[in-house]
Amino acid sequence: MASTLSDAQLVARCRSGDQAAWNELVERFSRYVYAISVQAFRLAQHDAEDVFQEVFARVYQHLGRLRSDEAIRPWIAQLTRRVCIDRLRSGSREAPAVDELPDEGQEDETIAHLDEAMAVREGLDDLGDPCREILDRFFCRDESYRTIGEAMDIPAGTIASRISRCLAKLREALEGKKAGAEPV
Amino acid sequence: MPNHYFEEERIAELLRALPPAPEGWVRAAQELPLARMGLDEIVRRAEEDAAFRARLVADLEGALAAEGIEPAPALLDAVRDRLDLDY
Repeated sequence: MASTLSDAQLVARCRSGDQAAWNELVERFSRYVYAISVQAFRLAQHDAEDVFQEVFARVYQHLGRLRSDEAIRPWIAQLTRRVCIDRLRSGSREAPAVDELPDEGQEDETIAHLDEAMAVREGLDDLGDPCREILDRFFCRDESYRTIGEAMDIPAGTIASRISRCLAKLREALEGKKAGAEPV
Repeated sequence: MPNHYFEEERIAELLRALPPAPEGWVRAAQELPLARMGLDEIVRRAEEDAAFRARLVADLEGALAAEGIEPAPALLDAVRDRLDLDY
């Protein structure tokens, strides 16, 4: 379950050696790092795994040097991008052909898309369970109605309507957040 | 931000863009600080050295301190989990 700590609070706790906060930080950004390496750079799983571990090792090692705790996400994006490029330059185990490599513009576009996805993800975490769990299982984990029904102990026949209601709830929450963030 | 941003189809598409990373990768990254404290080495020794394991079972905190290892709570929990020791 995601905590309610802001990114900056989480970073501060990690810096003080709080293991639970580090677990949460890895959990919070794991999808992001994974998606950048696989979607923006199209790395194969083996290479993506190496990049994933390398990124979090560097985050752990250099957390003290982060100038602004709120900037953890762009910093992780930049770090992931750099490690992916290093990986491709050094000859990945299963690199795509050179002419298939995404250009910088495409990478930027994909990362911008993933930033939007992270904003939606934050909204989902704020929503809490059961909506968080049902939407995560259906959209992110691609689970069937049957699997979701069994895991959450709810009738499979009601899953579609629950997903629809939860999506509407998430949309309202995101709209509320956006309205709250706009200058008056 | 585009006007269609909050359409439900768009939200669904954005949710799909972030599938979970494999669990093992996440766990390994979470254990990084513990690895630096020597978790893997402690587990390896306990598996190979019955006397060391017995000392850990009898008094985990004391046994680690005797080895010169700072018995941080997170490390104690991780050793208990990895060696299936009682809490």
